[in-house]
Amino acid sequence: MELIRDLALQAAQMVLFLALAPGLVGLVRKVKARLNRRRGAPVIQPYRDLARLMRKEVVLADNASWLFRVSPYLIFAATWVAAALVPSFATGLHFSWTADLIAIVALLASARFFLALAGMDAGTAFGGIGASREMMIGALAEPAMLLTVFSVALVAGTTQLSDVVAFMASGGVGIRVSLGMALVALLIVALAENARIPVDNPATHLELTMVHEAMVLEYSGRHLAMIELAAAMKLMLYIALVGCVFLPWGIAPAGAGAGALMTGLVLFLAKLAAGGVLLGLFETSIAKMRVFRVPDFLGAALMLGLLGTLLLFVSRSL
Amino acid sequence: MTPIDLALAAGAALIGLSAAAIALARHRPACAAVHGAAVPCALALAAAGLWALAADAPPGAVVLPLGLPWLGAGLRLDALSALLLMLMGVGGAAAGLYGVGYLRHETEPGRIAPFLPGFLAAMALVILADDAFTFLLGWELMSLLSWALVLAHHRAEDARRAGLLYLVMAGFGTMVLLLAFGLMAGPEGGYGFAAIRAAERGPALTALVLALALAGAGSKAGIVPLHVWLPAAHPAAPSHVSALMSGVMTKVAVYGLARIAFDLLGPVPWWMAPVLIMAGAGTAVTGIALALADGGMKRVLAWSTIENVGVILAALGLALAFRASGMPALAALALTAAFLHALNHMLFKSLLFMAAGAVLGATGRGDLDALGGLIHRMPVTALVALIGATAIAALPPLNGFVSEWLLFQAVLQSPALPQPWLQFLVPAAGGMLALAAALAAACFVRFYGVAFLGRPRSDAAATARETDGWSRAGMAALAGLCVLLGVLPGIVIDLIAPAVRLLAGAGLAPQSGNAWATLVPVPQGRMSYSGLLVVVFVALSGGAAAWLVHRLASRRLRRAPAWDCGFPEASPLTQYGAGSFAQPLRRVLAPLMAARERVEMPPPGAVAPARLAVHVEDLAWTRLYLPLAAGLDRVTARLNALQFLTIRRYLALVFATLVLLLVGLALWN
Repeated sequence: MELIRDLALQAAQMVLFLALAPGLVGLVRKVKARLNRRRGAPVIQPYRDLARLMRKEVVLADNASWLFRVSPYLIFAATWVAAALVPSFATGLHFSWTADLIAIVALLASARFFLALAGMDAGTAFGGIGASREMMIGALAEPAMLLTVFSVALVAGTTQLSDVVAFMASGGVGIRVSLGMALVALLIVALAENARIPVDNPATHLELTMVHEAMVLEYSGRHLAMIELAAAMKLMLYIALVGCVFLPWGIAPAGAGAGALMTGLVLFLAKLAAGGVLLGLFETSIAKMRVFRVPDFLGAALMLGLLGTLLLFVSRSL
Repeated sequence: MTPIDLALAAGAALIGLSAAAIALARHRPACAAVHGAAVPCALALAAAGLWALAADAPPGAVVLPLGLPWLGAGLRLDALSALLLMLMGVGGAAAGLYGVGYLRHETEPGRIAPFLPGFLAAMALVILADDAFTFLLGWELMSLLSWALVLAHHRAEDARRAGLLYLVMAGFGTMVLLLAFGLMAGPEGGYGFAAIRAAERGPALTALVLALALAGAGSKAGIVPLHVWLPAAHPAAPSHVSALMSGVMTKVAVYGLARIAFDLLGPVPWWMAPVLIMAGAGTAVTGIALALADGGMKRVLAWSTIENVGVILAALGLALAFRASGMPALAALALTAAFLHALNHMLFKSLLFMAAGAVLGATGRGDLDALGGLIHRMPVTALVALIGATAIAALPPLNGFVSEWLLFQAVLQSPALPQPWLQFLVPAAGGMLALAAALAAACFVRFYGVAFLGRPRSDAAATARETDGWSRAGMAALAGLCVLLGVLPGIVIDLIAPAVRLLAGAGLAPQSGNAWATLVPVPQGRMSYSGLLVVVFVALSGGAAAWLVHRLASRRLRRAPAWDCGFPEASPLTQYGAGSFAQPLRRVLAPLMAARERVEMPPPGAVAPARLAVHVEDLAWTRLYLPLAAGLDRVTARLNALQFLTIRRYLALVFATLVLLLVGLALWN
């Protein structure tokens, strides 16, 4: 009985990500449209897009290999598994010990690795440009992310995300400068990883400024749908991650009853909506930067992560 | 019969094979047969190591009546030697298997076959040595035989230059190691390892010996700035020898360092640990940055070897810090990471060098910018190379990630260290290692994407044929081990535990009994990672998604020209190549390699082409070695005058030298 309940909770978490991720993207688009004084497409538009893409035939480039056809499912699966391990409404899920925070970051890196390879597979200039820039961004964002993980892990004493959240929610943490730095670094990394303004523009139509969109230019039909779905889940994953580590209120602890789970779910939806609105607001109020200024932006995250880690040692030894 | 007997028999067989191959060097099938016969010998070495590790028996020792008359040649197989023997045997067997096929299309097989079994035997001698004399003899043999293999294609200008540089650096390394052993043996000359272990040393002498060992073993392993020969020599050798040199010989060098630092020297002062950690982290970042900037397929791999050696060195340094502070359990964690990474790197780097060799054999082109599209022409090589590239990029669920993960877990334990210096330094080094890992992912997207994906950039690549069955078997075996170690790392971690216990004084908790092959290296932190579950989940969710989509939505597919924003360009040269892919990161990392770009735009109206010239240099070479060589040239030019003196002046010189020495002796006493 216990096992069935645990498995059901784990499944609920996975279904939640799958079901809500496109809606989150729709929400961000809607917010941006309203801020531009446009009406914008309805929030459910991404669902319609996905459904249509799924039904369409795949137009495969002549030169594309099996790697190009397998990658969308691999990317989707890796992102989904990573998402299943980030506590959204409850901690201590059945499989939460499968991987810690470092492994979650690495799973997302696997997805990026295959996306970049797929970008180079068709043998076009744009695929290469996207892959090259994406790997540059990734190469700087990943160490920044890991340094943030170090800061958080040094405070919480573990990299196991479920335990980190339980520790953060316990209230014994207080306000710490290094956690603030880690939060800023994490936000910068999240913007870069999800190809948002100011690093990349998800709505761009100018090929030379594209990064993510250039990589997936050759994809169509169900393949494109899988990649878009994975990208949406990745955005949701990062919002859930910021939410569970830095705003851990309301997350149901392991073995909680139905009431606590409902509270957790409602609060998670609220956090998600707030994250989406804030992202739309931020993206509207800032301009995209040149590709070669992105390293400076990510370098700031790297330095903040490192400073946060070092400050922890200073505060500890004083 | 004990493990060491098996190892000795296999080593003797390898030497016999070498001798036989010298006689048969002109006979092509015989050369291939020698490689084939080396495979069971190497496997026997691996089995001896595996046996000794699994049995966890007390070390077996043998003294052969060779070498110095009063010392003999002491050989001993303890857990650390067993681990290295296993690593070397597996790498040697795979290289031998690959070599059988390779020698069929090699122009001069007689220049390879006699040296390869001897090279393996020499490495086994280093690993088994129980006294300084045997160790250095094996070390020198290993250097010279690999030098002969580097010069297998001695008519190429590059190979000759690489051979010369290698010889100079190998000589330097052996000389420094000789000094280190001399200092350890002391004035009484106790050159047996047992005597060295028993001797007492002050912290200053210990640190000096460790620094010498770092320079001596480091020059063979490729630690910056002693790495300059490596990116030249490793690629110049035949591909399966490159695999051995990068995959195995660098590990034997690391073994030398670990043997001296953890076993022979006794307690090491903690302030030597940051030297190792920073040397390792710096080597990792420099190595991978230059790998990103290089355009030669095998040179990229050689630079990446430098990166991985840096990672191993940093882990060793961390272990040294923990051990010096009396934390054997944490030292065991760092050492496990170091050894596991050494094993993993042997597997995926050998695999990648062999794949590069297969591409080289099929196309005759070694520069990335001449390749492309090989996934269509060489499907098996492409698949195993993809496994190797994913593993070396430290991505789950393959083996490279497991050792990186363990290393990061060890880094995260740094608050336990009592020294504030180390507490600051270790997270910074952790950041550098994370950067190196992320850059490695970029580097191998470039490597794989340019060589195997896209459209062929030359006729040679367009008409490439898949490599032979022997080579494919060698590569497939390594790829299978990469997957196995990624999914079930606990078995190997438990297997190498005796070696870790020997050096750290404690071991990790047994891992193979955990549910779902989960790793839980630090019990109190509850950090866990299960490669098996990750594979199962990714396979299930990916497979289910694909099945559902094909079943319920659509399975139609149409081939068409690439879209490319409506302007597909026919020339494959419009694809991103090795240079263009590296450009963004080359700009970011410009200070590490003095990267400069010069754009020459013709004036408006002129018909001359615009040109982009990229300049990248290895700073160690241009800022350290070239000035050193120039200074040496100047000094020797001055001293040249000494050769043209009259007899009276020579006599005066001799007399003055004699007086000086006598005065010196008088002052000394």
